[in-house]
Amino acid sequence: MEATAIAKDLKPSPWRGGISPYNVSYGKMMMWFFLLSDAFTFSGLLITYGFLRYSYPAYTGLLSEFKPSQLYWPVPEKIFSAAPFLHGIHLPLLFVGIMTFILILSSVTMVLAVEAGHRMDRKDVTKWMLWTIVGGILFLSCQAWEWSHFIHGTENGLAVNGVKIFGANLHVNEYGPPLFASLFFFITGFHGTHVLSGVLINGLIFYNVVVGTYDKRGHYEMVEKVGLYWHFVDLVWVFVFTFYYLI
Amino acid sequence: MESTHHQVSTIQPQPVNKDKIRKLIRIAVILGIITSIEFFLALSMPRGVLLTSVFIMLTLVKAFYIVSEFMHLKYEVKVMIWSIILPMVLVVWLIIALITEGGSVFKAKFF
Repeated sequence: MEATAIAKDLKPSPWRGGISPYNVSYGKMMMWFFLLSDAFTFSGLLITYGFLRYSYPAYTGLLSEFKPSQLYWPVPEKIFSAAPFLHGIHLPLLFVGIMTFILILSSVTMVLAVEAGHRMDRKDVTKWMLWTIVGGILFLSCQAWEWSHFIHGTENGLAVNGVKIFGANLHVNEYGPPLFASLFFFITGFHGTHVLSGVLINGLIFYNVVVGTYDKRGHYEMVEKVGLYWHFVDLVWVFVFTFYYLI
Repeated sequence: MESTHHQVSTIQPQPVNKDKIRKLIRIAVILGIITSIEFFLALSMPRGVLLTSVFIMLTLVKAFYIVSEFMHLKYEVKVMIWSIILPMVLVVWLIIALITEGGSVFKAKFF
């Protein structure tokens, strides 16, 4: 009889079995923990940027007289000031600003797709998923242009030890210390890889939506999961934008 | 009930929740405005500790909106929220450690 008395004394707790303490499905929880680990990877890259930046002198002269040099860390708005079809015009951060807006907008269409999924509205999910994919492809195209411009460089180039350097790669860099270019390729490249895989996964889910897989399954949770991933990609860009382009 | 194999064609989508949509659009507008402010400050304010702090604060505000509303974390149970947020303390440690280290490397190289 003692056993029953003890059982009565137990306070109800979500950890005693029978119910889900996290109140979230297995797939969504695993997506969250994957994103947490991915957040650590990106933190590692961005904090490395901070570390290397603080181990170089900052540019202290007048902003209007800024000239790239390997002796100090460059001012980003002076480096990222070109836009396609507007050759030779100084447009600081304009192009990367447009890229940021594209990604925010595609995040909005994604959240609308998730909302439509809750309502079991296949037509709306199809529409918003498609717009999200379009946004992702647009962003990737912008990044391709940005990389191409960064690699090919400006007409002026930079003289280092009597040799003129044009553009940037992992060895030389006309915009500043070579590490500045390496970090550019690593950080925006790793983020771009995430956008690319996000577009591919979105495409897969889009296909499943169109053929009615989730209607048969009875819920659109896969749209929610890929939505989490897509929002994370946007979240990372918010940080990359601030730490690479603004500061 | 008798026509389970016709289920796909008989699913009736629920009507759009206008309040929810309006809320999502409002958050998107907030994100857009904050980004515009950042853009404007980058081109108008002198560089320094103040501007950097403002940028980091605005970035954290944007991150809060994306994670809590778009990723819906605010509406999960508390233990779920803490399981995701608490490990980020390690990132705070890494920031402090590596920025300090960066300053020391700078002094060792240039002084």
